[in-house]
This record gives sequence, structure tokens and C-alpha cells, in this order.
Amino acid sequence: MNRTGNPGLYVHVPFCKTKCPYCDFYSVPETEHAGKWLKAVLQEASLNAPTPEFTCFDSLYIGGGTPSLLGHDDIGRLVAGLKEVFRFDDGAEVTIELNPDDVTKEKLALYRSLGVNRASLGVQSFDDQEVRFLGRRHSGRQAGEAARLVAEAGFGEFGVDLIYGLPGQSVRSWRKSLRRALSYGPAHLSCYQLTVEGDTPFSRLSHKGGLELPDDAMGAELFLAMSEYVTDQGFLHYEVSNFARGEQMVSRHNVKYWKHTPYLGLGPSAHSFLGRKRWWNHRSLDAYLRRLSSGSSAMEGSEALSEEQMRLERLLFGFRTMWGVELKELSGQDWANRLEGLRQRGLVDVRGERVVPTLTGYLFADRLPLMVSE
Amino acid sequence: MKHIRNFSIIAHIDHGKSTLADRLIQYTKLVDDRQFRDQILDTMDIERERGITIKSQTVDLPYVDDRGEEYELNLIDTPGHVDFSYEVSRALASCEGVLLLVDASQGVEAQTLGNLYAALEHNLVIIPVINKIDLPVADVERVRTEIDNELGLDPDTAILCSAKDGTGIEDILHAIVERIPPPAGDAEKPLTALIFDAHYDSFRGTIVSCRVFDGTVRPGDTIRLMSQGTTYRVEEVGVFRISREPQKELSAGEVGYIIAGIKTVSDTRIGDTITLDLRPAPQPLPGFKDVKPVVFSSIYPIASDDYQSLLEALEKYKLNDASLVYQKDSSAALGQGFRCGYLGLLHLEIVQERLEREFDQSIIMTAPSVQYRFHLDDGTVLDVDNPLHYPDPGTIESSEEPYIRASILIPERYVGVVMKLCMERRGVNSHMSYPTPGRVEITFDMPLAEVIFDFYDRLKSITQGYGSFDYEIIDYRESNLVKLDILVNGEKVDALSILVHRDNARDRAVRVCDRLKDEIPRQQFKIAIQGAIGGKIIARSTISAYRKDVTAKCYGGDITRKRKLLEKQKKGKKRMRIVGNVEIPQSAFLAALKSDDE
Repeated sequence: MNRTGNPGLYVHVPFCKTKCPYCDFYSVPETEHAGKWLKAVLQEASLNAPTPEFTCFDSLYIGGGTPSLLGHDDIGRLVAGLKEVFRFDDGAEVTIELNPDDVTKEKLALYRSLGVNRASLGVQSFDDQEVRFLGRRHSGRQAGEAARLVAEAGFGEFGVDLIYGLPGQSVRSWRKSLRRALSYGPAHLSCYQLTVEGDTPFSRLSHKGGLELPDDAMGAELFLAMSEYVTDQGFLHYEVSNFARGEQMVSRHNVKYWKHTPYLGLGPSAHSFLGRKRWWNHRSLDAYLRRLSSGSSAMEGSEALSEEQMRLERLLFGFRTMWGVELKELSGQDWANRLEGLRQRGLVDVRGERVVPTLTGYLFADRLPLMVSE
Repeated sequence: MKHIRNFSIIAHIDHGKSTLADRLIQYTKLVDDRQFRDQILDTMDIERERGITIKSQTVDLPYVDDRGEEYELNLIDTPGHVDFSYEVSRALASCEGVLLLVDASQGVEAQTLGNLYAALEHNLVIIPVINKIDLPVADVERVRTEIDNELGLDPDTAILCSAKDGTGIEDILHAIVERIPPPAGDAEKPLTALIFDAHYDSFRGTIVSCRVFDGTVRPGDTIRLMSQGTTYRVEEVGVFRISREPQKELSAGEVGYIIAGIKTVSDTRIGDTITLDLRPAPQPLPGFKDVKPVVFSSIYPIASDDYQSLLEALEKYKLNDASLVYQKDSSAALGQGFRCGYLGLLHLEIVQERLEREFDQSIIMTAPSVQYRFHLDDGTVLDVDNPLHYPDPGTIESSEEPYIRASILIPERYVGVVMKLCMERRGVNSHMSYPTPGRVEITFDMPLAEVIFDFYDRLKSITQGYGSFDYEIIDYRESNLVKLDILVNGEKVDALSILVHRDNARDRAVRVCDRLKDEIPRQQFKIAIQGAIGGKIIARSTISAYRKDVTAKCYGGDITRKRKLLEKQKKGKKRMRIVGNVEIPQSAFLAALKSDDE
């Protein structure tokens, strides 16, 4: 795979009606600020427009937050505005994240007419009890209904997001949820193990001992059962938490994060990457609006990566994906022995000039970079 | 000479010694306010951080009394910890009087008593000073009573002071002049000067701090260090006024420094007598002792190829700390390293911290040990301070370990818990006295090994900070000793072995196994930790395998955080040693020393 390639564009829609207790993405409930936000995003787009690296994109990802909360006019103006400032490839992948309880036929038709060709549906679970635990706005039935509508709306590709590793979840019930999700015919499936993130209601609950999640042994079982089931249905387990029905269906946009492909992020808390530089916007709608209304950049911080940091990240990303890492990324005098050790333990395979993680390797993806390095 | 006063300040830790020294220096205008900083005599970072004095410092304070008489007041600041009690005794031997500082809220503590006895041994004039009278919880009357009953000093002679706000400083200076006698001595007699400290200076070599009792020393003289018999040509003599001020001579009664091309601090001995080579004193000053280390532990570089760099760091460190002794050591688990001897646990910690901070070494330090004595069946006597050198148990006729006499001062309500602690630590032969109503002094004879195992922290915790503690080493006593080995996944890790009393072996083994369980990170396979005596397993714990180590999501905002964590783990990995196929972190090697948090 080539490491650079065409850049991707991300837009962060920072609005949610309610905050889910596990989520650490940035959002606020005040949708009435959507107009101001939209103006600022388009302004931010023009501020970035002169960069030669960011003129022609082959992916646009509208994420959040809850992009499906945006009204018809706003979403229309957003897409039109971005197209005015930037060029997009003819076959660009245009993705929007949807919340099941926002999904209507009309909305889906509108998205199609705007050129959105990929939808990502934040189902998380089809089980009423699990959905309640996760603090979602929809019911299991609503989720199913939304998935059906999306499947029928004619998006070439659509994906379903699920969360697993919930209290009391068994391999059996997890497999049942996966079967249900696949029954709607998605091209893509993202399954995230529930993680307690800092400064969320779940982290506070967890500190007080009020949250009992499966241990790592159970987590591993759920993971392995999931991979087995979903790949049996013809999917590629192309990243730790992501499956696609064939290589054509992988999320072109998300893969850019893992290959150091340039991307530009617009909106509060959005991250961008180019060359060796990563920068991020203020994680506050107020600050974001203030900065842009005064004509300045919304950037809050940045980092320039050293060659070693780039290499570490390549290891970090590589062992999370089926593409693995190039052999030449391994360092230290003893690399061949270490690699052989990992191979014997069934954590990696060597394919040509690349080291790729096995399924067991995925389970230790965070540790593999340490295991192969000195 | 009648305008010279040599004095020291002695106090329990935290009773305000350094602050009082600061005030005296400020009062006498030795430094201007711009240059002044707190704890001016504590020059090492570690001293400031911990609020203790490790190295002695001397300062010559110019003072003019209200009649216009000019005095030189030599303040000899002493280390404030029992580990350095010999250095303290040599500093006190250089004085005619002391300020005995007592905290107005804390009152008399174990170290106050220890210090008082030391001062009395040298027939010093004692000026009691009650410090921190500005504190709302100050109880001056109670402290006066304690000074009367526990110290046997006249409470009416105590000076009230707040070193913090400067109250009483003038009274103290006045009392130093009035109550402490000027030094005696004869400048015409053969030179006798007592070495009470030595510092290393990279330009000038060793700077010897000394008190001249008789005679005179000048640049150009050839001096002889009497215990060593070595001679040096004097390059410079002078006095300390924060910085060194050269003088034409130092003579009887004076305190100052001598620079004489002495290469390292280890070429001098604290307590030694300096005399002139051409006209030597008939005998040295009394009280000289070659101090011996009492606590031992090994130091290994974390990366074995850093051995040379560690050797160089130790050599450099040793330039300024003669009391650290070290020799080569090697372990099957950790490779080449050094066995080091220290004056005590604080000294050990200081060495560790300074090697890491000032000399940038990443080291593994093994559990401290005392020096045990083994009588073998062939009649030889073997001193063993390193578990690696434990003799074949079949050849041991009997074994001995060093004992201390611990003196503990506590409010009466803690007698029960303290007695219990001391008995658990194999304390015997206890005595109790009630110096003042409500307070108890308990003495116990205890193995030194029990004190280096977390004793002081436990004492502080069970007495809610009210207990104070002092000790002296008394003798060797018979003891049933065994070597406790630790096995990680069936492999003996020699650097984790410790010598323990047989009765404690099981307890200690269980504790070490439990601690290691917390210290050693989980790996992909199960790890068994076992404690064994000879071939017999007496304790075990298991570290379960981890099954999964991967986070669910890794998008724009997660990447930097994940990479930073990885960088941190990578650094942490550098601080681990791989034994067999198990990564053992640096901290695990000291785990044997710590007891559970209670």
C-alpha cells in the first residue's frame, strides 16, 4: 500500500441531543448553534483552502457528535460549501454518521441527492436492555427499522456500528447481535469493545465500583468469537475493530488515519495530519466559534513527529490492521530473533516483506510494537 | 581567642535547625538579602527536598555585641540523622557549646535526647532554645516542663524563638557570646586540628574542615594526617563565610578549612588529627574511629552494558562521600554490579537518588542486608553481608546478627501498639520510663535487620506521627538464620534472595511473593513466584496470563495519546530486567523491603 495517497476531509458535527455515558467524543446539546457552527466550518475550510496538499480529496467523512441532527438546509449548505472550496475526486467516498432515531426516508433521500454514498449507522446494540445501559436514545426495534431503511435507501455501501463487552454479555448473546446486524446486509461492520474513557459518566461510575465489565479473558473470548463469526460470513477483519465485505468496502477514509495519509479535520476537536505534523482544534464550540469569528485558526495544539515517532506510529497502526508493518520497521540488533519468537507464539506471520498480525496478534496489538522493538 | 565562639545547633528532624541557621546568617549580614535563599547551608537539592542536612557546613558569623565588641561565631552545622551520628560527634567535639532546639509544639523527642547525650559527652554548654513559638499550637509551658524533666536542664535558661519570623534571634546571639566559653588552647604548642568534615572540589581537591585545638597552620607547612601517616603541603587555609575566605593562618581555637592537594575525600578520615610533619603532636586528639558501614545492598545497571558508566559514577560519587564503600559483585540474574556498604538506610537512599539524579544512572538496587556472622564447623568465622555468599548450611555451627538498642519516645496511649510492633520485630529486654506525665520512653534490644525492614514507617504510622526513634548498635547475638530464595517461573533469581531469621522466613516469603505479584507486569503466560528455603517451597503466588492488550478505537484524536503511552511504556521497558522470559521491573527488587500498606 502506498503511504501517502489522496488526502481525506473530516468534518466534526459537535451536537448530540443527549450524551452517551461511555462516549468521549466532543459534543454539546445546543443544536441551536448549528447555524453559527456551519458558518465557522466553511470559514475554516477557506482558511485552509490555499494549501496545495489539501485541494483534492478522495474522501469526505461527516462525523460527530450526531451529524444526522443537522437540519436539511444545514447539511445541504455544508456539502455545497465544502464543494465550493475544495475539489473532490469523481469517485470520492462520502460518508455520514447516522443515529437510528434520526433516520427517515426523506433524510436518507436528501443525503443521497447530496452525493453521500456511504452511511455509518450508530446502532451499538439491538437489545433493549443493552441500549438502555448504553444511554442511547433509540430502542432495539428502532435500530432495526433504521437499518432496514438505510439498506433500502440505495447507498452503495453502508455500515453498522456495535459495542460489545457489556456487563453480563455472553458469547452467545454477542453472536446473536452480530447475526442480527448482518441480516440487514451491511458492507461494513465496526465493533468496539466498551472502553472506560477518562472523564465520562462511565469512568466515574467505574471508580465508584458501579461498573462491572468483562475481564480481559472474557473480552478475548468475545473478540475471537466475533471474528470467527463475521469472517465466516465473508467479511475481512481488516482492523482490530473493523470488518468489510471485501477490500473494496473498507472505509477508505478511516484507513488514512492508519497509514499516515494526509487528512484535514474541520470543526471543534477535529484532528489533522500532513507530512509529519499533526494538529488539532479547540475542543470547545465556544472557543472554536470565537477563534474563527476573529478570523484566526481554530488550532489548539500541534506536534511535529520525529522519524522515531513516525516509526512507532507505523508499528502502532500496522499491528492493528491486516496490512501489518514492513520488515524494515523492526529495529535493534536482535530483531530477527524477536520476530521469530512472536511467530512461534502465533502472534504474527511474515508475508513477503511484511509482518502481519494474526488474529491472536490483534488481541495484543498494543503490545506488539514493544515486543518487536528494543 | 576570647572573641571566638564555636557552636553547633542540634535538634530533632523538622524542629527548625536550617531555618534558625538561615536567620543567624541573615542577622549577621553575611549575605545580602538578594543573594539569600532559604536553607542556605543545605546546598544539595536532596537536602532541601527532604528538609534534612546530610553534609556538615560551617559558617563563620561576624557579630558585634551591644558594647561594640567584635566576635567570630563559628556555626558548625551538623547532619540531622542517626546514620551520620559519628560525623555529628566529631562536629560536636569541635565546639564549646550547642543550641539545643526544641519545637514548641512537638516538644522533646527521641533525637533531642540522643543529641543531648552526645553534647553532654563532650562537656558542652547547652543553651535550650524553644523554637516555633509563633505556631498557634505552640505549648511553651509544656515544653519547659519537658526540658526540666526529660532533659534535666534549667527551663529558665531556655530562649524563646521563632526562627520563621525572627523573634529571639538577638537573644540567641547574645547567649552564645555570654554563655558559651571561648575556646582554650595554645597557639605555640605543636599543631593538633580535628577533621570534622571534608568536601570535594573539582578545582582544588579535598577541602578539609577542621577545628584547631593547639598550634598554628599556615600555607607552605607540611601537615601529617596522624591515623594515615600521610603528609601534604598546605596550599591554603581560611574560614567559611558562605564562600571560602583565605587567611594567613589558622591557629588554636579557630575553625576553618585547609587545602593541601589531597586528591579525594577518601584520603582523609573524619575524626583524624592533623599535625605538622616537622613538629608533630605527641598524640592525636581522642575519639577517632574508622566508621564501618552497617547496611549493605547491591547496585546493578539496568542495562548490563552500562556497567562501565556505573563504575565511573561510583568513583566520582565516592570523591565526596568517604563513607560509601563498594566492591565488585556479580549475579547470575543481573550480571556485573557492585556490593555497597552504607552508614544506614537514609544513606542508602541518598546514594541511590544521587546516582540517579546527579549522575544519570539507571540502577537496580537489591534489598538491603546487615552483616551476619557465621561460625563454621572448621572453626572459621565468616562475615556475610551478601546473601550470594551465604555458606553451605551444612557447615554452619552457629550464626549471629547485629543488635541495636532502640529508644522510642511516645505519648502514653501508644504504649500497647509500640510494644506489639517491637515484639513482632524480635525486640527483647525492654525498659520503660515515664520522663514526664503522659510520655513514655521505651527501649528495646532488637536485631538491626528488623529495623531496616520498614520499621520507622510503621512506627510513624501506628503512632500517628507522634513516635520518635533513635538507636545505637550494641553487639552481635546468636540467631537462627536461613537464606530465602525467590524463584520466578522455576528459575532462582539470586538478586532477590535475602537472609532472614528462621521464624520469620515464611511470613517474609509470603509477603515478598505477594509484593512481586503486584510489581511484575502480567505477561502472555502464567508466572509462578515461589519462596524457598534450600529446595523447599514455603510460599507461592501466581500472576495470571493476560489474554488481551488492545484498545478498541484508534482515530484522529486517539493517536497522539496512544503513541505517548507507547513511548512511556518503551521507557519503562528499559527499566526492566528480563530473567528467564519474565520482565522484572526495577521496583520489584526492593519489594522485599516494603511491608503491606496498612
